[in-house]
Amino acid sequence: MESILEYLKEERSQEWRAELRKSMKAKERTSRERVSMPEADPNQRNKNNMEVNSGLPVENAILEAQRCLDCPDPTCMNGCPVGINIPKFIKKIEAKDFLGAAVVLKETNGLPAVCGRVCPQEKQCESSCFYTIKLNKPAVAIGYLERFAADYERESGKMAVPEVSEKNKIKVGVVGSGPAGLAAAGDLAKFGYDVTVFEALHEIGGVLKYGIPEFRLPNEIVDVEIDNLRKMGVKFKTNFLVGKTVSFDDLKKEGYKAFFVGSGAGLPRFMNIPGENFNGIFSSNEYLTRVNLMHAASDEYDTPVISGKNVAVIGGGNTAMDSVRTAKRLGADRAMIIYRRSEKEMPARVEEIKHGKEEGIEFMNLHNPLEYYDNDNGRVNRMKVQKMELGEPDASGRRRPIPIEGSEFYIDVDTVVVSVGVSPNPLIPKVLGDLKVTDWGTIVVDQETMQSSIPELFAGGDIVRGGATVILAMGDGRKAAAGMHKYIQEKVKAN
Amino acid sequence: MSKILGKEIFSENVVKLVLEAPEIARSRKPGHFVIIKIGKKGERIPLTIASSDVEKGTITLVIQKVGVTSSKLANLEVGDEVTDVVGPLGEATHIEKVGTVLCAGGGVGVAPLLPIVEGFQKAGNRVITVLAARSKDLIILEEQMREYSDEVIIMTDDGSYGKKGLVTAGMEEVIQREKVNLSVVIGPAIMMKYAALTTKKYNIKTFASLNTIMVDGTGMCGACRVSVGGRTKFVCIDGPEFDAHQVDFDEMLQRLGAYKEQEREAYERYLKTAETVS
Ligand SMILES: Cc1cc2nc3c(=O)[nH]c(=O)nc-3n(C[C@H](O)[C@H](O)[C@H](O)COP(=O)(O)OP(=O)(O)OC[C@H]3O[C@@H](n4cnc5c(N)ncnc54)[C@H](O)[C@@H]3O)c2cc1C
Ligand SMILES: Cc1cc2nc3c(=O)[nH]c(=O)nc-3n(C[C@H](O)[C@H](O)[C@H](O)COP(=O)(O)OP(=O)(O)OC[C@H]3O[C@@H](n4cnc5c(N)ncnc54)[C@H](O)[C@@H]3O)c2cc1C
Ligand code: SF4
Ligand code: SF4
Ligand code: FES
Repeated sequence: MESILEYLKEERSQEWRAELRKSMKAKERTSRERVSMPEADPNQRNKNNMEVNSGLPVENAILEAQRCLDCPDPTCMNGCPVGINIPKFIKKIEAKDFLGAAVVLKETNGLPAVCGRVCPQEKQCESSCFYTIKLNKPAVAIGYLERFAADYERESGKMAVPEVSEKNKIKVGVVGSGPAGLAAAGDLAKFGYDVTVFEALHEIGGVLKYGIPEFRLPNEIVDVEIDNLRKMGVKFKTNFLVGKTVSFDDLKKEGYKAFFVGSGAGLPRFMNIPGENFNGIFSSNEYLTRVNLMHAASDEYDTPVISGKNVAVIGGGNTAMDSVRTAKRLGADRAMIIYRRSEKEMPARVEEIKHGKEEGIEFMNLHNPLEYYDNDNGRVNRMKVQKMELGEPDASGRRRPIPIEGSEFYIDVDTVVVSVGVSPNPLIPKVLGDLKVTDWGTIVVDQETMQSSIPELFAGGDIVRGGATVILAMGDGRKAAAGMHKYIQEKVKAN
Repeated sequence: MSKILGKEIFSENVVKLVLEAPEIARSRKPGHFVIIKIGKKGERIPLTIASSDVEKGTITLVIQKVGVTSSKLANLEVGDEVTDVVGPLGEATHIEKVGTVLCAGGGVGVAPLLPIVEGFQKAGNRVITVLAARSKDLIILEEQMREYSDEVIIMTDDGSYGKKGLVTAGMEEVIQREKVNLSVVIGPAIMMKYAALTTKKYNIKTFASLNTIMVDGTGMCGACRVSVGGRTKFVCIDGPEFDAHQVDFDEMLQRLGAYKEQEREAYERYLKTAETVS
């Protein structure tokens, strides 16, 4: 810890930073308004897949970068799970060295263009910015700036490939190609390992590909970042389910010395209420996978999807928001969120809720589904919901929803998307009997090294946290890579 | 990518393909399936591994043309490549020595039944197999079934081969004649429904292998869900085999029809383009 602070101090005292700080009065910096993100017109964007946020223009990025005070104690960094050197990259933007800013980002974050788009910044870095905690003003738009620098670099065609140590020819395996796996793979490659990422699906990226829609995170951006990993020597094997296609034991026989498991929280939960298996009722995973991974909305692709006119999405998280906005884009007249608490308790990002409202999504908060009905052909046509009110806070600290007796009523629906959460992917615990898991099915790891009860197995991301964020998953991946490096080096020395 | 190394045409709509897939060949057990996808724009469909050859590194699939993807696959030739093949998926069949096993296969369900028949016979059971189809030319894998069964009974709807009648008639004949300890039924959902009702009458433990609609095949989407004993199960990870007396076949039949309209349109479009190409 000490050394990190020393390092930050040293960096901050560099001449160019000192110059920049002097170039403008703090008063002037803090009196500026936070820039806003340019957005596509809600009535156009809700009919197609164009990205909603179009990114800051250069001038605005510089204006926003000037707001940052380059604090001696940059509290913002405490809010970033991968510890990006935030003031340094922002000051690079202020100095108009945009490519330099991207290099700073990549020191600690392999997917800045992704995080700049999907991080819940308002809960992470921006919530601990000096502006938020001391000035009671809108935080420096760290996320927008991160996206700006990453996009600038990508569009310049001058992507920096991070340096990798000399290859040590030691094989390591990464199970799952979501953000946790990709982050681990990047760091392991930097340490010089021979890294292979195994992915069960036919595409690399995990939730970034099959879950989060194009209009929030274009696939192309994920692909560019994956290409970068390829350039660092990382190998990818798709259509490969570790534990099924080949067992861990056989991989060890092939020479793999350690594994990182980032298999995610892919198992969708249902509510187990009557009628939930009627046609037209999907898990959000199925709905989004059909549309995002399988391109079901396009006639050119073979996978079908039901695009309803009256769509109800059950839940209040990011996944629910993505599903309901997707339904609108597939042509729904009514696209509704049905959520049992109030907007204040919604786990979804503030930005997604705002965007959804602009796009014409109906929010039926404080409502809960009780039963589904069909028109005798197995296709859902109606649902019964009940009104709720909020009681005392529960274990999660959120106020508990309580049903209001006698408030039941019916809504016509032809499509329902159930988005009430996911459970950890059970496959790996199932094939590895010795692996210690919690009652919830998440893998138990050492908080520092991410090592599991099986010494050569490390884990992180949703399979450990049971559903979190992209950047937390990446933070885990990086921690685990360091843990694996230490473990392997010690073993090598011992031999 | 998996190269097609062998092809055999069983009937107008049923073909056997041998695919290069060394890792899957080594890991698979009876009851396992794969998911395949053809081309960048293809859809993912599940197919049972009928057999494998570890030495040659191949798996064998038996495909019935019912729509776009199964037809695209069945129309591929030796030397062509299947873009994506992942597996083995699902839980393997629980094979043990129980005594007499009555296996019933309808239509293309005969293919996934083959490794199970083989498994039970090798485990020392007496295996009686009932093969059913609409007519003679739709009976497949008869020879292979004879090799691993103590007895094979053939049933055709039109009486063009074997005995005239439904699969259930063949099953009852056996059940009334001798003690059956276990039954395995695989075929169209409607056939499994009635086969299950038949064995239930006689209290014979029965497994059915369910062929629900799937997307990922790894437990991620829930497309494959069915009600078993009143609880929702995912066929791809909890199955594909379940206690046939507990399965809600009516719900399953409805779910299989979820995309009927879209599938029919897509198939007609496909047949048209296939015509103009050839
Ligand atoms: C629709 C949706 C929207 C979201 N929006 C946001 C957001 O805006 N911001 C945010 O920060 N977070 C968001 N999240 C959460 C975030 O995406 C996850 O926390 C994150 O992706 C977890 O990463 P992971 O690497 O642990 O797992 P995943 O991304 O789930 O990846 C796991 C991968 O492992 C593969 N796999 C599993 N088992 C095996 C095996 N045995 N062999 C090989 N491969 C295997 C899976 O196929 C999958 O590709 C969202 C999630 C969803 C579903
Ligand atoms: C575990 C399992 C094992 C199977 N094994 C075999 C096999 O060995 N040989 C064989 O010929 N068939 C098998 N099937 C069925 C096969 O997957 C379907 O026939 C195929 O998906 C049809 O796709 P299509 O595009 O050709 O037809 P479509 O026109 O799309 O559909 C025709 C009918 O097939 C069913 N179907 C459609 N999409 C899917 C899907 N993604 N998954 C499953 N069923 C679907 C529906 O009932 C539909 O009405 C198996 C299915 C399962 C679940
Ligand atoms: S990665 Fe996320 S938390 Fe970290 S600085 Fe960027 S936006 Fe903030
Ligand atoms: S806390 Fe805010 S103002 Fe201070 S360095 Fe971080 S981003 Fe800049
Ligand atoms: S096919 Fe997706 S969960 Fe079974």
